[in-house]
Amino acid sequence: MEKVLLKNLGKPDSHRIENYIANGGYRALEAALKLKPDNIVQMVKDSGLRGRGGAGFSTGLKWSFIPKDPTIPKYLCCNADEGEPGTFKDRGIIDNDPHLLVEGMAIASYAIGAANSYIYIRGEFAFGADRLEAAIKEATEKGYLGNNIQGSGFSHNMYVHKGFGAYICGEETALLESIEGYRGQPRKKPPFPALSGLYAKPTVINNVETLACIPAIIEKGPKWFSSMGPEKSPGPKIYCVSGHVKKPGLYELPMGTTVRDLIFNHCGGMLKNRELKAVIPGGVSAPMLTTRDLDTPLDFDSLAAKGSMLGSGAVIVMDESTCMVKMALIINRFFSHESCGKCTPCRDGTPWLTNILKRIEGGQGRQGDVELLESLCTNIFGRTFCPLGDGAVMALRGALKNFRDEFQYHIDHKKCMAS
Amino acid sequence: MLSERAKKEIEAALRKYPNRKSAVMDALRAAQKDKGHIAKDDMDEIASILEMRSVEVNAAAAFYTMYNVDRPVGKYHIQVCRNISCSLLGAEHLIKHMERALSIKTGETTPDKRFTLSTVECLGSCGTAPMMQINDDYHENLTEAKIDELLKKLE
Repeated sequence: MEKVLLKNLGKPDSHRIENYIANGGYRALEAALKLKPDNIVQMVKDSGLRGRGGAGFSTGLKWSFIPKDPTIPKYLCCNADEGEPGTFKDRGIIDNDPHLLVEGMAIASYAIGAANSYIYIRGEFAFGADRLEAAIKEATEKGYLGNNIQGSGFSHNMYVHKGFGAYICGEETALLESIEGYRGQPRKKPPFPALSGLYAKPTVINNVETLACIPAIIEKGPKWFSSMGPEKSPGPKIYCVSGHVKKPGLYELPMGTTVRDLIFNHCGGMLKNRELKAVIPGGVSAPMLTTRDLDTPLDFDSLAAKGSMLGSGAVIVMDESTCMVKMALIINRFFSHESCGKCTPCRDGTPWLTNILKRIEGGQGRQGDVELLESLCTNIFGRTFCPLGDGAVMALRGALKNFRDEFQYHIDHKKCMAS
Repeated sequence: MLSERAKKEIEAALRKYPNRKSAVMDALRAAQKDKGHIAKDDMDEIASILEMRSVEVNAAAAFYTMYNVDRPVGKYHIQVCRNISCSLLGAEHLIKHMERALSIKTGETTPDKRFTLSTVECLGSCGTAPMMQINDDYHENLTEAKIDELLKKLE
């Protein structure tokens, strides 16, 4: 397959604007500026592009919710707060091909009528933030950002906002709070950001990979995009593969590639040729799959049908030596660490889960602990302010559903049956 | 007291936003760059520049985990990822190795104030696990030998 999102990775100085332009960059922006904004929104709708940050909402539809009134200021925010464990795709684009994101954002901003945009990048990505700031400067100097872009009459300024360590800021309303200078805690919805977002103005928030798809949709057309992969979740997808495989890394493949194809063909199979035990298909919030599910296509709907989700496309592979209690503990400890403290079920429930998992893993588990975990899950799920608490529960339920006997073995024998 | 460099960075940050409060994260980052951590009087000074109350600056500083509020760190802040992908490839083992090499426990700073060792959650470098960050730089595909070499260079 011809690469769209990772096409410039590995090329020398791929982050410099001369090289980006020499490889055909910014032609899509030039073409877009000759179209009506509404036509671009329609093209993105027709392409079938669904948000790559995890929720999988139609990108074109999201853009169409922005009010048309030209007197109201509007904002575009790019969510580059990549923090779902296992995920490193946005960093791949930002570090190596920052202009692809800048071009996608410029087109999106023109389509929704935003004069200003922000890239919210996680604080640890200092290298990436420098790359983006340099790319914005280069693009402004070449007239692809700033006043009257390419003589079109459209003006746009782009800025980098650096986070400083808070997974929750990947939640779109927490991200907005953070840009406004507050603690990154989610807002009540409605109102949705499309009507009242950043500084209470209409705002679109899109993930890096989503925005990186836009230039190709303009250049090659929505039909080209929608003909790739499954009908209801088309397009190219970057899978981030980590864990026990021979060749971990980023793989750009058609959406709907199966777990088996990804692990055993593209990634060269299992590390040390051990047996596969479990796969998390979409970042740690996504319930794990087992060897029974290897032929599941990695796309939004197929994974939802299996009770899991595509999430961020982070595929974490675990072999037979992996202790599932320990994995459940690591995942839960993460959620408990990242809970923003706004609502009780998440703030108090996730550390409680962590404590129980810690004692089971450490050989101090008590009879009834598995049932206690399940009962806590029931009392957290669906009762939290934002999806963070749900993510913690979905991950733990996935582990309990598939490996309950391992948890019980830990309690009964005070040791692990796997490692 | 904020350095002149930090004040310039805050001024530049103010140009990005329609309101002053939005610059608080960049301002705190600039303050931390001066001496590795943020003290109470830095936050008071930021509050006065950004026309905020000190408690609002403090609220932001306390929320984001990368701000070292009243928590001095060594010249080299080593942050080792302990999340799932790094753990699957031996992160715990490497953390123990580093504790031995530096003769400190996780969370501590060496007596000569050169190294602070911390564990952190996922840093988004899972395809090159196990990994750690020393100050701003990522170090990936770690082994014990690679860590020993890195630490030697920093001494």
